[in-house]
Amino acid sequence: MIPATFDYAAPASLEEAFSLLEQHGDEAKILAGGHSLIPMMKLRFASPEFLIDINNIPGLAHIKEEDGYLKIGALAREADLEHSELIRSKYPIFMDATKLIADPQVRNMGTVGGNIAHGDAANDHPAVMMALRAEVVISSAEGQRTVPIDEFFYGFYMTAVQPNEILTEIRIPVPGAGTGNAYHKMERKVGDYATAGVAVQLTLDGDGVCTYAGIGLTNVNPVPLRAARSEEVLVGHKLDEERIELAGQYASEDCNPSTDLRGDEEYKRAMVKVLTKRMINKAIERAKS
Amino acid sequence: MKKQITISVNGEKHTLEVEPRELLVHVIREKLRLTGTHIGCDTTSCGACTVLLNGKSIKSCTVLAIQADGKEVSTVEGLATAEGLHPLQEGFKENHGLHCGFCTPGMLMRAVELLEHNDNPTEEEIRWGIAGNLCRCTGYNNIVKAIQYASAKMRGEETPSTEPEFV
Repeated sequence: MIPATFDYAAPASLEEAFSLLEQHGDEAKILAGGHSLIPMMKLRFASPEFLIDINNIPGLAHIKEEDGYLKIGALAREADLEHSELIRSKYPIFMDATKLIADPQVRNMGTVGGNIAHGDAANDHPAVMMALRAEVVISSAEGQRTVPIDEFFYGFYMTAVQPNEILTEIRIPVPGAGTGNAYHKMERKVGDYATAGVAVQLTLDGDGVCTYAGIGLTNVNPVPLRAARSEEVLVGHKLDEERIELAGQYASEDCNPSTDLRGDEEYKRAMVKVLTKRMINKAIERAKS
Repeated sequence: MKKQITISVNGEKHTLEVEPRELLVHVIREKLRLTGTHIGCDTTSCGACTVLLNGKSIKSCTVLAIQADGKEVSTVEGLATAEGLHPLQEGFKENHGLHCGFCTPGMLMRAVELLEHNDNPTEEEIRWGIAGNLCRCTGYNNIVKAIQYASAKMRGEETPSTEPEFV
């Protein structure tokens, strides 16, 4: 399979990329890792007339803490997360997630930014970013704007990124003391999309009272979903078995999975409940250690 | 709309005219006639087309040739040297790490990077490490052993003398 004909440029600066976007409008697509875009182009589900390869633009591949945020640049690969000492030591949720994203070769190319910008609720990072309450930095010739992750996903393959804009960075508030997080997805085999996936981040104070809860769900809703009622039932309380059970129950009620080859709706709701409880318990364990 | 690219393949520089839509695997196989790199699924699943791009294993059916402009590509043809087989090739030979051989070039190139990151991987790490490469013959056990063999040899240790499994 070979993509339809297109033209290509690899600008050396964001300014050049913006002017190419200006010129080609919504006929242009941004190429970062390309591991969602190129398969779609090979299948002719997508046939952009122009590809703007941003890989030659310096200053977009960082993973660093700065000004109270973990900042992930648009060109940071999944493999860069896996091998980052900062991520290994402080952000176990990304170690959980990257291991389950596709396979090592794909992770050598695929970017975290692309995983989000693709706008697919089946991808894993959207739920993780919801649990961590990330912000997405979107840049254009006019400047920069920051969009909270809750306002980023508009619909299937549709996000807040406009045709003249580029996702340039993801910012995650550095978690305070007593924070733990975890992610797991059920997959039928390596590289499959999630049957269901759940990301959880919790902060516990000295008395074990939950002061922060973030819960994101993968592939059980048309857009990535925050399990808001589950978060509410946890915050302000000590997390006993009953509350965790309720959080799992609410998540399974509030999602909207569709029946497909990975399972029917009822099964997926049941899996959301189980995974939510497990990830809460894992996050508590990590918060305490 | 052809563009000129320069790629170094197994240390040799090539300047080529490519259409932007040409896939790296097609250029490797059809323009450079290096047919050790295989096309299996053509959908980023099977890993038969795995090569190294600037030292990182990638699936060349899902990378445009133009993306490799100015970069170094390593294929299975570059593994053996005048001194003989690469330890991984030797490991696959000694441990019956292949049957039909179709997946082998991809397995080898993936394992090269795996051992570069981790010179003494556990069995579990090897199995996760080759999760993007499918083999329909061996049941993977002998592939794992082949990689363990190479890892021992590359560390300068005695190579494990376990009998290969026939399943």
